[in-house]
Amino acid sequence: MNALTPFLPTIAALVKIGLLVGGLMTAAAYLVLVERWMAAWVQDRKGPNRVGIPLTKISLFGLGQPLADGLKIIMKEDFTPRHVDKVLYTAAPLVILAASLAIFAAIPFGSVLPPLGIPGLPDPVPFLVAPGLDVGVLWVFALSSIAVYGVLLGGWASNNKYGFLGGLRSSAQLVAYEIPLGLGLLGVVLAAGSLKLDVIMNAQAESGVWYAFAQPLGFIVFLVASFAEAARLPFDLPEAEQELVGGYHTEYSGIKLLLFLVAEFLHMVTAAFLIVIMFLGGWHLWGVTGSSQEVTWLGAFLRFGVLSAKIFGVILFFMLVRWSWPRFRFDQLMNLAWKVMLPLGIANLVTVATIEEFRPQLIERFGAGPAGVIALVAPWAVFFLGWIAAGVLTPSGTDNTPIRTHTMLDAERSLREQDLVEV
Amino acid sequence: MKPTDPSVTWIEEKPLGLAERLYLPLFVQGLTTTARHLVSPKLTVSYPEQRPTVGNPLIYRGVHRLNRDQEGRVKCVACFLCATACPAHCIDIVATNSPWPDREKYPESFAIDELRCIFCGMCEEACPVDAIELTSLLDLTGKSREEMIFDKEKLLSVYDMTKDAEPMKSASLGGTL
Repeated sequence: MNALTPFLPTIAALVKIGLLVGGLMTAAAYLVLVERWMAAWVQDRKGPNRVGIPLTKISLFGLGQPLADGLKIIMKEDFTPRHVDKVLYTAAPLVILAASLAIFAAIPFGSVLPPLGIPGLPDPVPFLVAPGLDVGVLWVFALSSIAVYGVLLGGWASNNKYGFLGGLRSSAQLVAYEIPLGLGLLGVVLAAGSLKLDVIMNAQAESGVWYAFAQPLGFIVFLVASFAEAARLPFDLPEAEQELVGGYHTEYSGIKLLLFLVAEFLHMVTAAFLIVIMFLGGWHLWGVTGSSQEVTWLGAFLRFGVLSAKIFGVILFFMLVRWSWPRFRFDQLMNLAWKVMLPLGIANLVTVATIEEFRPQLIERFGAGPAGVIALVAPWAVFFLGWIAAGVLTPSGTDNTPIRTHTMLDAERSLREQDLVEV
Repeated sequence: MKPTDPSVTWIEEKPLGLAERLYLPLFVQGLTTTARHLVSPKLTVSYPEQRPTVGNPLIYRGVHRLNRDQEGRVKCVACFLCATACPAHCIDIVATNSPWPDREKYPESFAIDELRCIFCGMCEEACPVDAIELTSLLDLTGKSREEMIFDKEKLLSVYDMTKDAEPMKSASLGGTL
């Protein structure tokens, strides 16, 4: 026992990594099934419901489908076209998957375990692979930018027009949406006063006010931007099938394609995690989970369950949105990012910064209760004003009337003057 | 057609109203539509176990059958009208003198190549004695091309199989319509 003591934190970290990676991969596989079910149900179909336990006739509502899907795509030929850049072509799916998985080192997937009483282990044990990381949020965003490199590399190395266009669109889109994403995030970081995601969750649990309620504008901006970051509809231009065949993964097949697709689902899971942790209170639920750091075993798993349920809810929302809106045109996408989301994000940031700056004075003058109310009402006022301003002022960018040149208009006018056309 | 053509009417797109520009009503509208479909009853069926319902079996154009008359004889008089009408040339009839006094000829062999057939229903329209009809059998499969050429016995057996569910269509000839 004593000989093991120095290695205990490492072992604990390895156990957590094992659980997390195993859980995430399974979740990604089953999310494909959920996605297909949602697609089917929204289109009034039944969806995959046949595959169950292999070699039997038990179908279990199609719960065996992920296994069949995975086996099928692994067994497929892993074809490498002759015209690709071999090194980058092979590296791209590895980069994107490694980055998408490494993100989760800094993302807490629960609260804490009750003290285990094992000497050498820090107590209580947090549900987090790298608990000491002070720059958790930065880590997450740095690695999600690395994941973009996977898309770019894939598109570039494919040496294919569709792939290239997909990579190009992806880079423009992600550059545009990183900014609103960062602005939405900054508000939360300012309010919580920490870059650690578990501290951000604890702050919401202690006050009982989730940041989605305290910063509605930031929440909306972050939500929209994370749809774009995860390249989900209506922002899935990098892989718009109708225009770009498969976008950046046009030339990929077999297990490399599988890596891309899994990474794509992990992006969505990451986005859901971040939305829940930063804006929807993480593991906190009023009257269910409590808010202190002291937990029982039941409490620990209850919090884990609440967090998972919220994340699943957000993912379902992602999937529902997919079938509700058509894809944006590229100019509309850019309009939304630069002319709507960026100003709204700045407005949110300024509001939050002002409130946080003057919170002590407010509490001093009005007392803690009214100050809290003011701190809650002001962002909502900014939210409504900003939203209406954005709707009224920004060009809608949806004008689809055919362009009539001056010559054409002149000709029309002259025809009208000659009474050839009835008006 | 040129844009200046007098017959072209140009319609200006209606400018977006405030509610539309705020996007929220459209957002809610879109989500409600999808959510409604998410829980609404499904239109597809689990096929081999559940059979799809054919809207009106009498006008459905599925596998052919050769009808029998009240005495159980083949109704066909080998007039070749169906074979002539067939745009896919999939009907092959060999006629011979009828053994019965009420008609001159009858088909010695009557074969339809179901793989060539385009299920247009022209044979049924052409037939003067309502001998050939299209049933509502919709899943037609076979393991070889030869198997898919239906001869007279097979077509008559299709009639025996479907006569209860789908009575003959011409009332004057023993059908329901």
